[in-house]
Order: sequence, then C-alpha cells, then structure tokens
Amino acid sequence: MSQNKYWKGIEELENTPAYQKSVADEFPAELPFSDVSEGMLSATTPRRDFLKYLGFSTAAAMLAASCEMPVRKAITYAIKPDEIMPGVPNWYASSFVDGGDYCAILVKTREGRPIKIEGNELSSITRGGTSARVQASVLSLYDNARIRQPYADGKPVDMFEKIDREVMAGLSSGKPAVLLTATLLSPTVKAVIDQFIAKYPTARHIVFDPISYSGMLLANEASYGKRALPSYHFDKAKTIVSIGADFLGTWLSPVEFAKGYAAGRKMSAQKLEMSRHYQFEGLHSLTGANADVRATCKPSEYGAVAVALYNAVMAGTAPSFASKKLNDSIVKAAEDLKKGNGMVVCGSNDVQVQTVVNAINAAINANGTTINWAVNSNYKQGIDADMVNLVAAMKAGQVGTLIMHGVNPAYEYYDGAAFTEALKSVPVSLSMSDHLDETATASKFILPDHHFLESWGDAEPKTGYFSLMQPSIAPLFKTRSLADSLLTWAGATTTYADFWKDYWLKKLGSQSAFDQALQDGVVEPGLTNFSSSLIPTAGALRAATPNDTAVIRSTVPAVRLEMTMSGASFAGNVSAAIAGIAGMKSSGSELALYEKVAIGRGGSWSNNPWMLEMPDPITKATWDNYVCISPAMAKKLDAGDLDMELTTHNEINHSRRVIRLTVNGKSLELPTVVVPGMHNDVVAVALGYGRVKSIGRAGGEVGKNAYPFMTWNGTTFGMAQGDVKIEKTDKRYDIAQTQTHHSYEGRAIIHEYTLDDFSKNPKELLEDRFGEFHHFAHLPWEEHGDGAAQKAALIAAGMSEVGAEAASFEAAYRKNGTLYGVYDSPGIHWGMSIDLNSCIGCGACVIGCQSENNVAVVGKSKVLMAQEMFWMNIDRYFAGNPDDPDTIQTVFQPMLCQHCDNAPCENVCPVSATNHSSEGLNQMAYNRCIGTKYCANNCPYKVRRFNWMDWDDADCFADNLYEDGHRETMDENLTRMVLNPDVVVRSRGVMEKCSFCVQRLQDAKLVAKKAGRPMQDGEAKTACQTACPTDAIVFGNVNDKSSAIFGMRYRDQPERTYYVLEELHTMANVSYLSKVRNNDLIVAGKPETDIIMDKSI
Amino acid sequence: MPALNRLMARYPQLLAGIFTLFLLSLTHQSFAAPDGKALFQNNCASCHNPLKDATGPALQGADKNWPRPDWVYDWVHNPSGMIASGDKHANALFDKFKPIVMTAFPNLSKEEIDAIIKYVDDYKAPGSAPAAGATAAAPASSTEDNTWLYTSITLILLVLAIILWRVNAGLKRVAQEKEGQPVEREIPIYRHKFWIAVAMILVTILAGYWIVNAAIGVGRQQDYMPKQPIFYSHKVHAGINQINCLYCHSGAEQSRHAMIPSTNVCMNCHKQISEYTGAADHKLVDAEGNEINGTEQIQLLYKYAGWDPAKKEYRRDAQGNILATAPPWVKIHNLPAHVYFNHSQHVKVGQIQCQRCHGNIEEMDEVYQFAPLSMGWCINCHRQTEVRFKENNYYSIFAKYQEEIKQGKRDGITVADEGGIECQKCHY
Repeated sequence: MSQNKYWKGIEELENTPAYQKSVADEFPAELPFSDVSEGMLSATTPRRDFLKYLGFSTAAAMLAASCEMPVRKAITYAIKPDEIMPGVPNWYASSFVDGGDYCAILVKTREGRPIKIEGNELSSITRGGTSARVQASVLSLYDNARIRQPYADGKPVDMFEKIDREVMAGLSSGKPAVLLTATLLSPTVKAVIDQFIAKYPTARHIVFDPISYSGMLLANEASYGKRALPSYHFDKAKTIVSIGADFLGTWLSPVEFAKGYAAGRKMSAQKLEMSRHYQFEGLHSLTGANADVRATCKPSEYGAVAVALYNAVMAGTAPSFASKKLNDSIVKAAEDLKKGNGMVVCGSNDVQVQTVVNAINAAINANGTTINWAVNSNYKQGIDADMVNLVAAMKAGQVGTLIMHGVNPAYEYYDGAAFTEALKSVPVSLSMSDHLDETATASKFILPDHHFLESWGDAEPKTGYFSLMQPSIAPLFKTRSLADSLLTWAGATTTYADFWKDYWLKKLGSQSAFDQALQDGVVEPGLTNFSSSLIPTAGALRAATPNDTAVIRSTVPAVRLEMTMSGASFAGNVSAAIAGIAGMKSSGSELALYEKVAIGRGGSWSNNPWMLEMPDPITKATWDNYVCISPAMAKKLDAGDLDMELTTHNEINHSRRVIRLTVNGKSLELPTVVVPGMHNDVVAVALGYGRVKSIGRAGGEVGKNAYPFMTWNGTTFGMAQGDVKIEKTDKRYDIAQTQTHHSYEGRAIIHEYTLDDFSKNPKELLEDRFGEFHHFAHLPWEEHGDGAAQKAALIAAGMSEVGAEAASFEAAYRKNGTLYGVYDSPGIHWGMSIDLNSCIGCGACVIGCQSENNVAVVGKSKVLMAQEMFWMNIDRYFAGNPDDPDTIQTVFQPMLCQHCDNAPCENVCPVSATNHSSEGLNQMAYNRCIGTKYCANNCPYKVRRFNWMDWDDADCFADNLYEDGHRETMDENLTRMVLNPDVVVRSRGVMEKCSFCVQRLQDAKLVAKKAGRPMQDGEAKTACQTACPTDAIVFGNVNDKSSAIFGMRYRDQPERTYYVLEELHTMANVSYLSKVRNNDLIVAGKPETDIIMDKSI
Repeated sequence: MPALNRLMARYPQLLAGIFTLFLLSLTHQSFAAPDGKALFQNNCASCHNPLKDATGPALQGADKNWPRPDWVYDWVHNPSGMIASGDKHANALFDKFKPIVMTAFPNLSKEEIDAIIKYVDDYKAPGSAPAAGATAAAPASSTEDNTWLYTSITLILLVLAIILWRVNAGLKRVAQEKEGQPVEREIPIYRHKFWIAVAMILVTILAGYWIVNAAIGVGRQQDYMPKQPIFYSHKVHAGINQINCLYCHSGAEQSRHAMIPSTNVCMNCHKQISEYTGAADHKLVDAEGNEINGTEQIQLLYKYAGWDPAKKEYRRDAQGNILATAPPWVKIHNLPAHVYFNHSQHVKVGQIQCQRCHGNIEEMDEVYQFAPLSMGWCINCHRQTEVRFKENNYYSIFAKYQEEIKQGKRDGITVADEGGIECQKCHY
C-alpha cells in the first residue's frame, strides 16, 4: 500500500531524540520511583511505612464502608409543569446569535435546563450545521463569571429602577445619546430601537463590529449601489478563490459556508467532479489547510494578488510576484474562473481591495450564479468610521449617554486606551455586558443582558429569512434584555416578550402559524406550508420530543425551495482602486492578526473552558495565544542570533522562547509556535486573549491582547501591518499543544489522491487493500472460485459491483485473517464512515462530543502532560517541505475509538472492563475499571483517555477534586447544570473513550421498541455527526441494507472506503473515505518530500 | 394486586404478554421436573400466600375444597370463564375476593400446576414471618431441632476426646518419668506454633469471608423502609382503592423515572377526600406499631400542597402561584450513579409488572425495598426473561433468531440473547 508520508509536526518529520522519547512514553509523567539500592529502609517510602499506610488505609476503608448509607431525598416538582416529564428531554427550536454570528439551533433541555445544542435542519442557511462555538454556547450560559445583578458605580444593586431613573435622566438631559451595539440581526430589537429613538430624538444607533467588514460594505455600495453583503453559494461554485478569507473558520458565516463548500466537494467514483479551491494567504488558516491549491503572500499583498488576478482574468497578464507558486496559481485560478461558476472572496477590510474583488466577480459573472444579490446577508453592518467618530465625539464631551450592548470597545477597539479615556467624559455610560469585562468595569452602570438561551428574540440573518429565539430556561440571574431596557426607557408599558409576540403574530397572521413558526424555529420563504403539513399538531411552546425531532429531521426534503438568485451590475471604479492598491506596500516582516476558530473576537468565549481547551485546528495549541512563525523564519532568526533555542520548533519541549514584537512603538511579548505553511515573512497573533482578570477564572489574564495592533487607515480598520521588529527575550513560556500526543509513528493512515489520479483508476485504493491482504483473506487451502453467485447475491442485496467485491473481500479477511472467533451481530451492527474530503477540521464535533458526553476540561498544566480527555481529536497532518510554505499540504483526520470488532484493548484488560457488545460496540464499564492502562497501551489508535484526576467532582471524597485555580470546574451547582444526566461523570482512576454516544443509541432503540417498529436509519445519530457542519460523518446500522452507512460502504463509495491500520486486523467499525484533492500533485506521495520521513522511520 | 388488575383491565394485552413471557421462560426449563417453588414465586406469589389469604386465597389445603381433582386446571387456565359458566366453587371464591378475578395462566401445564400445589401443600411457615408479608424476603436462618442435638452431642464427644487425650498424655509422661526417659517439655496449646498457625488461618478465612460479604453488601439496601414525611399507604391507595399505579407514577411508561407525583396530582382526589374513613377495615399502623391517624396525614398533605381545607381553595402568592412545596420524600430505591435504569424499557417494552421488582406494593402501608437491586439480581432476570420477540416488531431485524425459531432451534429470545447482559446496556 502506498506509504504516503504525513507528519504532525516538524519534530516528527525530523524524528528528534526528544520526539522518539515522547512517543515511547505515552504518558509523559515522572514515576515516583527512588533509588532503593541503599536498602529498603532508607528509601523515601520504606517498607515499614508502606505497611503502616497499607494497614491504616485498610482500616480507614473498613470504617468508611461500615458507615450507614446516606438518606437520599426524592424532591418532586411541587406542581409539575405539564410539558416536562422528568427523564425525557424537551427540544426547543431557537437561534444562536452572537453579534452577527448566527446559527439556527435546537436546544435540548432536561428538567428545564439546556444541556445540548444541535443544528436546526429546517434552516436553509445553516442547514443543521453547527460550529464549535455554537456547541459551546451552552457552557457560557452556566459561566460562573456571568454578572448576576446590575451594577451602579462599581457596586452591585438589587433593583433596576435606580439605574433606570439615572439613565432616563441622562437621556432627557438634552445631550446626545448613543446606543452602541454590535451588528444586530433582530428585526424586533431594531423596531424597539426605532421606538426608543422616537422618544429620544437626539439618540443615535451606532454599530461597531470589532472584526470589521466595512471595507466590503463600502466597496459593495460603490460597486453595486447597496451597502450590503450578498449571499455566497459555495455549493454552486466550481472554482473558489479566497484571498485571505478564512470562510470555513471565521469569515462572515462559517457554518453556512462550510455546508455549501462541502456540498461542492462531495465526490465519488460515480460523480468525478468537485470544486477547485485556491487559497492565497499569509498565515495558515483552516480554510487554507483545506485548499486544493494554496500559495502564500503577505497580508499587505492581498490587494496586489487581487489586482494580479483581475489582470489575469481580464487581459491574461502574467503576474510578477517573487514567488513562482503564487504566479502560477494566479494564472491557473484565472483560467478556472473564466470557465464559469467561479467565486472570489477576500478577507481584506480595505475598500479598494474589495472593489477589485467585486470587479473580478463581475467579470467572471459570479454575480447571479455563485454570488446572490437577491438575498442580502446581514451578518455585519458596522461602518468603522462611525466608531472612530464616536470616540472623538465622546472625547470632545459631545455624548451625554452611552449605552453599549454586545461590544467591548475598551478591549476590542484598535485604540482601546483612547476609548477608555474618552468614556470618562461621558456622564452616563452603561454597559450591558454579561461579564465584568474591560468596558463594563470602566462604565458607570452595568445592566447585564440575558444569555441568548434565556431570551425571547429573533434574527434576520438574511433579508427575508427569519429565525426565532425562545428561552429554554428562565433567566438564571437578575438580568434584563436590551429591548426590555430600551422599552422601559422609552416609557413603553409592554414587555419585550409581548412586543415580540405581537410583532410575529401580526407578521405571521394567525396563532397557529405563530405556533408553527416557533416550533420550526425559522420562518423562511416556502417553509411554512411544508412544515405545517408535516407536523400534525402544533404544540404551543414545545418543539418536539426527540422522537418527533428524529422524524422531522429525517424528513427534511432533499430539494429545498431554492433561494431566488440575482446578479448586480458592477459600477465600481476599478482603475482608481488598482492605483490605490499599488501604493500599498510594506517592508520587513509583517504582523497579521487573526481570529481563532474557537475564541473568535473574544467576548464570552474568552472565558469558556471548552473553547480555551479546544486545540486550535492548525497549531493544536490550547489555552493561550502566541506568535505563529514559519519554520524558515525560526531558523533565520536563529542564525542571526546563534541561539539554537528559538528553533526548538520541536513541540516536545513546550517551554518556548518568548519573543518581543514591536510595531509603531507598541510591543507585545508572546511565546512562539512554529507553524508550517506560514509565509516566511509573516508572524501571526490571535485576537481574543489577554483579558482582564474579572472576565472569569478560566480566561482572565490568559495570553496577550493583540487588538492594539489593529490599524486605522482613515476609512477602515486593518488586521496587518509591516515593519515588525522581532527580538528575543530571556523569558520562557509553556505552550500546551496536543499535536504530538497519541502518535501513530508514521504509519499509513491517510490515503490521498488527486482528482485526476482518482478518475483514472478509482479502484486504486481498493486494489491496494486487496493486494496487501489477499494472502490473509484467502487461505491457500481454501477453495475460492470466482464467487459469481455470491457476488450476484450481494448485488441483489443492494450493493454496487465494486461494493460487492469489497464486501466479500472484507468478509473473507474478517474470517480468515485471525485466530480469534468472529463476533456475531444478530440485530444491529453500528458503523461510522468519515469522509476526509468533507472534513474541514473545524472542531465542532470535538466540542459536540464534549458537551454530550461530559468530557472533562483538564486545564493547561495537564494538557502539557498529555492528559487531555477529548474522546475525539482531529489529527492534523502536514506534508511537504517545512521550509517552503507553498508546498505544505494539510490533511485533517478525525480520530475516535474505532470500535474494533477484534479490539486489541479488550484482550489485555485484566478485569474485562472493556469488552465487546453484540452490536459492534467496544464497551467501557467505568465502574469495573481498575486503571491498569493496559488497554491504552495496546490501542493502536491511541484513543483511550485516563482520568488522572477527579476532574468533575465525580466521587464522594470532597478533597479529591483536581483544582488548578484556573480551570472552571464542574464542582459548583451552576456549572454542573451543563452535565448530561444520561452519561455518568467518570471518577479518578478509570479509563474512558468514545462510546459511539451509546446513550443516544439506546434511546433511539427504546423509542423504536416502544412504538413496536424497527429502528429507522437516521434515528440514532452520534453527537459528532449532528455537530458536523459538512456532513462528513455518516453513522448507522450496517446490517440494515437501506441505511446510509451501508450505502456509503458498499454502494456509493466502496472505492474510497478504507480502514485505518486495517493490516492489524482490528476490524474497526469506523471507516474513512480517502481524500481527493482537485489539484495536480499530492505532495505526500513525492519522493523528494518523502525522503526525510523514509530516513527517519 | 388490585392496581394491577386495573392495569389489566386497561391493557389486557399487556398482561397476557407478561404471562406468556413467564410461561415461555418456564417451558424453557421444562426438560426437568417442574420446580414448584420457582413456579409459585414467579407466577402466584404476588397474589397468593400459601398460608393466609392475601389478594387471593391461601393456597395450602385449597385442594381439599375442590369439587373434582381436575377442577384446578380449568380454573387456572380460565378463571373468568369458570365464573361465567356458573361453577359453584368458582363463584364462591369470586364472591370472597371480588372484584378481583384471578389472572388466567393458560400456558401452565397440568404438571406445573401439580408441582405448584405440591409445593404449597408442603410449605411450612418460616421461623419468623416478615410482618409485611414479604414472601420472597431473604430466608430466615432457621435451624432444625436435631441440629442442636447433633451439635451438643458433637461438643460433648469433643470435650470427652480432649479429656481422654490429656489423660493419655499425662499418663504417658508419668510413665516416661518413671522409666527415666527424658521428658519433652510440653508447650501449652496457646503457645504452640502449629495451633497458633491453624488459628490464624481459620481467623483469616472467617474474617475474609465476613469482610467480603459485608463489602458486597455495602450500598445495598434490601428491606430498607425509611419513615416518610407523610404516612402514605400504598395499601390504601393501590390495594384497597385500586388506583392504577400509572395514575400517579405516570413516568413509568414514558421515561426512565417512574416519577413520584407532585402534590397537585394528589389533590386531584384529595380536594374531595379530606378524611380517612377506612380505619375500621384497615387500621394504619407504622413499623413501630403506632397507630396512624389517616385524616391527620391528609391534613399534612394539604399543608404541602398549599390547600386551604376550610376555604376549599389553594393559597396563592401575589402572582397567583400556588404556594405548594414538595414533601421531602425519602428515596427508597437507590441505584449507583453508574447504573442507567429505564422504567419505560421495562414497563412499556418488556411489560413487566411493577410487583416483579417492587414486591406486593399494594399490600404495603409503608414501602420497603423488596428486591436486592444488585447486579446479580438484574442479570439473572435478564438471563431468564424472554423479550416479546413475536409481538414487538422491533425485533424483526434479528433475522438470524427469526430463522432459528422457524426451524425450531429456539423457543424464544431472552433479554440476554438480545445483548441484555452486555455492560453498556446499563453502564454509560
């Protein structure tokens, strides 16, 4: 089988001694063995002491055990609400809204508390997808650091009235008032704002988006006469060119784009076509990692690249950058774009750059085919100049009252210090932040808003596409919504909830339509008819029982009402823009700021332990921000200094040299992380870190704030600047990276082909597998004819011809490749298929799994010891020459327990705590586990996790809880509310791992049994599967010939199906689909780049 | 089990199913002679006590009253048919125990019925019968009279042997002294290494046995009968007044929790019923033997429910919410956190009677934990109980088992066959 070479990090590529040692030690912790050669008595723990302790602990245990059982109380509801049945979850359709970020969601509540978020498949925007942040938002609800009551002058107050009086006095003082918000998606809140402004005519509403898109908004206004963002249809695009836009990770609406992008990348031997994705970028983004063709340039060159692309499209002019790969890629991209169905997106916030991008899109007729001007996207509405002018006006004392909601300018504004200073000149300042953040602590009043899971509300993410928000829990604290506050100040007597209901009743026409809309969660063109016929009874505020949900969700029609498309005629001034771009030059190294997939702009995510501990898709670092530099730059810096330390880009040594970046007189000290694929002259720092201590225990004073390095060019904010001075400091700092934990030591676990190669011989992978295992599958003394009859039977059972071949081969290999017996699965045999083409590495599944299965957060110091508990990791592999960022290709591989039918872990457990079920599950009985860790040692996939500590207060010993003073733990009543009551919280000393969400499988079976019918395909879904925005994961009963998983393996995709480490005859129940790149060359297959690995391994 | 009979009336197919299950499990073992004790406990014990009248009549000696020897087969196979047919003895029984009609057991074979009758007739009262009539409670440690006899004889003989041995040793020493042979100095038994070793081993074994048994019992609470905040009698409600179990425990068919009802459910009836009038027929007595005034207990309920019995309305706060609080019921059946148990799986899907795990709940004034709730107890039941393989279409996916049943290789599918004793059926 082809031994394509991938590496997780440079240390693996170079196979340093430290790396080899770390691979050998799966659990890098020092064992407390002391030298006993001096005699046992003088050892630190002499034998006698040992015996004494043994005796004492035995006696203590006996005493403890003989104590009486505690008396447990069963407290019922005093009066049970009709819609709650204890033990049965209720689902509510709602909307995730965070600034302009949007996702249609279903909230799972148990006994009245939200515990899990799922995507709402009825939405034609996010189509059931979620992101890691959406999954983690439920933990933010139970954030201990949330403000619990209003504050006045820094002191907590119990009543809203006092603040109301002072704010209304301020509003009526005649001095202008400003309502400063992030982008608001809610039409009703906007209506409330109108009412508020009608009452106070001097008030203005200003929108401030810290991650700004006003360059695009203004360029679109100039180009198309609309200050708006269009809808992007990545599913319709054949060629996607992204210039620095991380549209799968953070740009604009990643869930929506990921869904569309993946749709265009789904291919099979029957459908040999997929979109081609070019990425030009300076840092290594999630989107770049997924690109077919990726070339690097400095962020300041995004404009130049856009111009070069424009010229290549319009006149065929060859670009003249120093980088050959960049030039070639632009030429190819231009050729592809001209073939039609192309799309160019750009992450720059510069009006001129965006104008050129618009010109290209107009030239290739993208408008109307892949870019839709009929339906505007409302995700970002802020214009940067408004904010800058506001700060100036505040400073000049022209603002009497400043009401802030969803923004934190003291932190997020490029000149936060100036804002804080100017805030002092505002007599009445009020923040509605839910945390004691930088702005809230500087404001006179704090009036915390509800969490979105506690709120009524709505969103209009796209014009005409609405989404409703309903509370799934009563407000936990004394908080009040923005709209309620505004209504109170405007003198209205209605509450926002009534206002909201009236608005929607009027809009929808009838109570039944309203109920229906609330149950669906979305109000979209063409949806109402469909859903009302589907669901017979419109329950009032309830969404559906899980059973109903399964039915609803499995019957979402494959063909949706298509969004109306329309183009727009381009009227921008390209030549002026090109001339402007020609002036944009930067010299020296460049600093690029970026949003992390997990943390984003900051906000409440900065204090969300799930988000802080989620490994970054590219760097695999947790808990911190850092300076990303390329390997070549690390070496270069090193050579100048003759200090080898900086090149310790081996991730084994997590103590990193701290470097100082200085730009324009501002400096920042952060540790380095070497990232292959970074442009050699670019350093990148993530935003959202370096928060004040009061933001919370988890996120306070973690990392450094990079917002001060944002730039203001007079029109828009920018996220990059040149002439960075890089200096070494004496300091060192630990960065907890997970990338080299759980190593596969270079074994071939990824199969990757170019589209051309795959098209030429789709069966290549299958032939490789047959070839390698033929010897084991077909015993020489066994007769094997051509098996025509058997094959015909398999085809009759619903397999394709190739599928039948694969199935009979797999059956023979299963039976003959082992001395062990073959496990029988008489009823159900669970299986999962993961499409490496669709997986974009975003990490939504990791957090979905964490939320569903009560997976513990371990804290940075324990991640450093490779003790992270994720049941699922997304392994990120690089291929290529680390010194040449343009050769780097990245592959993501989700890795979870493979539920082997012939599992190596099961054989070695001395107490049979892990064993096999008749449904193909590799079971783990925690209460039986004695913690030998033999299973983890013997697991070739390295997916078992040991509870080194009592992370979540699982046992009855009060002092046993692990505490690092930083990690938010699950030991408080508030945070514990997020735990899934159907999954046990594991105690210290036991092994755990992916269970295929067995609680969901059991539930789906029970629902079917109660209804007295066989379980339907799609009723049982794992948490990773439902979280995935790209439908990369298919799960189901392989014994069911009509199931999607059966179809995937034996009908639609047998050519691409493979099992990781199949040669071990583990008979895994997780299969993967090989990755197909739509480009000319898979780097990992090339001898030049493989040499290093061959040498090492 | 009147409550169950109500259940029966509502879900006739439910009970038929359960008993089919019972019987299927019995036929499974029918290669051996029918085990009367097991049959009795599985099928009859929830209503019948061998010695005294319960929900149904005492069975010991009942055969003497039968009009004909084979009368019992007809009766067991179809009681209501017998009553309807005007059979005199059947109607006499019915009059005595009405409105409860005995459940039909059409699948019990004649041999099995005979075995039950034989067991019942041979049955002797245990040394101390549990007060609440817990027929299946742990067997009392009774010893037969002869044991004492044998023990005392053995002890006497042992003492005799020791005396003789000592005498023999003394004489031997005297003889040796007389003959001038060197005399071994005798080591007393309490300092004799051999005997000390023997004693230590014995103590270790016994202590080990005791510790292991005690350790296994840690956390188990069979027969646990705590005092509850309200003296709520299941016997009065489910037994005498025959309220369906599911009326209050409405979660049992839908959820993992059977659910203790909230006070508003109690008030559905107790708005009208404010006095306990049944004291003449059934005096309420608690475990300590104190007489309980039922009416006072209803008043206690009113306090929790926020009901003003004088005004006959709820007390409400300013917002109009009823001022109810939940009674702090003491939880009797406690499973460890790592056990997932789902009532609906057992009650709705498995159609298991409540009494199978909770005992004669309709006979209990105060509820106690009837079953050990140990893993062994669960597993045993999963091994023996058959799923409703033919009735529930869910199981149609088990093609292999369908085939085997068709070929006659199998009679039925137990829970264990379907994976019911695998770890992750209950632990996740």
